[in-house]
Amino acid sequence: MGRIAALTRNPAMIALVALLAITGCASKKTPNSAADLGLNGAGAATPGSAQDFTVNIGDRIFFDTDSASIRADAQTTLGRQAQWLNQYRQYAIVIEGHADERGTREYNLALGARRAAATRDFLVSKGVSAGRLKTISYGKERPVAVCDDISCWSQNRRAVTTLSGAGS
Amino acid sequence: MKFILKPLLMVATMALGSMVGAAAPAWALVEINVNKGNVEPLPIAITDFQSGDALGAQITEIVTADLKRSGLFAPIDKSAFIEKISGPDATPRFEDWKVINAQALVTGSVGKEADGRIRAQYRLWDTFAGQQMAGEQFFANDANTRRVAHIIADAIYERITGEKGYFDTRVVFVDESGAKNARKKRLAIMDQDGANVRYLSDGRAIVLTPRFSPNRQEITYMSYESGQPKVYLLQIETGQRELVGNFPGMTFAPRFSPDGQKVIMSLLRDDGNSNIFAMDLRSRSTTRLTDSTAIDTSPSYSPDGSQIVFTSDRGGGSGRSQIYVMGADGSNPHRISFGEGVYSTPVWSPRGDLIAFTKQSGGEFQIGVMKTDGSGERILSSGFQQEGPTWAPNGRVLMFFRDSAGGPKLVSVDLTGRNEQQIPTANYASDPAWSPLLE
Repeated sequence: MGRIAALTRNPAMIALVALLAITGCASKKTPNSAADLGLNGAGAATPGSAQDFTVNIGDRIFFDTDSASIRADAQTTLGRQAQWLNQYRQYAIVIEGHADERGTREYNLALGARRAAATRDFLVSKGVSAGRLKTISYGKERPVAVCDDISCWSQNRRAVTTLSGAGS
Repeated sequence: MKFILKPLLMVATMALGSMVGAAAPAWALVEINVNKGNVEPLPIAITDFQSGDALGAQITEIVTADLKRSGLFAPIDKSAFIEKISGPDATPRFEDWKVINAQALVTGSVGKEADGRIRAQYRLWDTFAGQQMAGEQFFANDANTRRVAHIIADAIYERITGEKGYFDTRVVFVDESGAKNARKKRLAIMDQDGANVRYLSDGRAIVLTPRFSPNRQEITYMSYESGQPKVYLLQIETGQRELVGNFPGMTFAPRFSPDGQKVIMSLLRDDGNSNIFAMDLRSRSTTRLTDSTAIDTSPSYSPDGSQIVFTSDRGGGSGRSQIYVMGADGSNPHRISFGEGVYSTPVWSPRGDLIAFTKQSGGEFQIGVMKTDGSGERILSSGFQQEGPTWAPNGRVLMFFRDSAGGPKLVSVDLTGRNEQQIPTANYASDPAWSPLLE
């Protein structure tokens, strides 16, 4: 899958995922980007690279329980994303919608799809071409944080903007 | 097409005549009224089926386990038995069984015929009336002893409870292995007691929510194999797969109509909401059944096919989902769940009188049932994380999955809320769907 390939291409991404998994349970603050986690190593990412997007812009936003509304903090992140995506137009984009585990499987597939669509619509409203954007829902099937409490659930209620490689 | 998995098992049934003269039937002495709130399990002695090999004891073991797991029978330990049954046609010494309080007694034999078929027979005795209650003989064309045993257990269950059994059935489910954030999910099928597991997918793509066809060797399920999550059909025997419909977006939450001719499911709209569609499998025509700016999902037909129950958050509020019923053509949708909490995964019972559901309330996930107008809600099981009920074909038992200690396991519970049991599976397991009774 492209996602796995993207992970192996980006060591920083692997570090991010691992750190989320380790610190997730203890963390009260919801990290918005790798920068929040102190992964913003100086000069680590070439401007315009996928790593630059993930580390310096922030590839994910978070949602309230059972909601697909774009929160104020998420609007800030998406604003940065839109600016970056409008600057580097070679990428096609897949937005993954995810839910936490506090819902049933089928409902959460629908909820993840609604979050991905809301994220897509926000980016489009900020000038990103709709033709570059696709969405996919993983429901609650792909948690990043795997402990059973509120801090985990808040990290899993997310939409992740992934760069699916150079678009045409 | 009969609902039979390979190896094919041809079962011929023959009633065995009563061994005790023409006495007037006194069947009513031994019976279980499953409608009573608190059933005392019936003490039953199940003797080893006579055979020249290990087959007899194996049959006895499976029959005993089935009846015990039902919660309605209390099989008596063999060490308490006094009489050694001399032969399959001998009348037992009822006094020897009454004294150990065996109200019912099962005797039988199993062996191979000259043509290679298996012949199994059993007799069910009412020890206090001193009479045979039932006797049947089965021929099977293959050595699938487990099915023969389940059929015998179903016959005993039906004779004593007056309800159809559910032991000769299978369950399709999602086998889960690996870490929670990288879970491998495979379609799998097994007997209802956890035996004979067979995998139906290789685990490369996420698969979810398999459901049995009511009348074909077929399941419908959702898979990410094409990259975009879509509903598929799978022929269990041939492994042949087929995409259901040609929709632009995600399709999910599939379920068959009671006649097996339609698949009903959710389709994602471009605005991020989800509506319900039905697809006729013969004509391939699709019908939109809901058109709301809401999440409409988890549709399930009533057994007569005239109505559909589904989950929707169209009521607004904080976007919480509730249970709705509409006509099979989408007419007159109306909310039926009004309890405190969030409701989802409604499933119409095979008898038509109840709807099972998952309810989130007070930080717990509950499995419950309500009447089809939403009244008479009863919670059967509560837990930190559990969902997705499926009905046994006789409508007496529900199976669902419960997530605890690292991953999900399958659990069954009686309609009374009693007799909760975990189904043994090698790995984690979720999304169970019960087959109809095999034929």
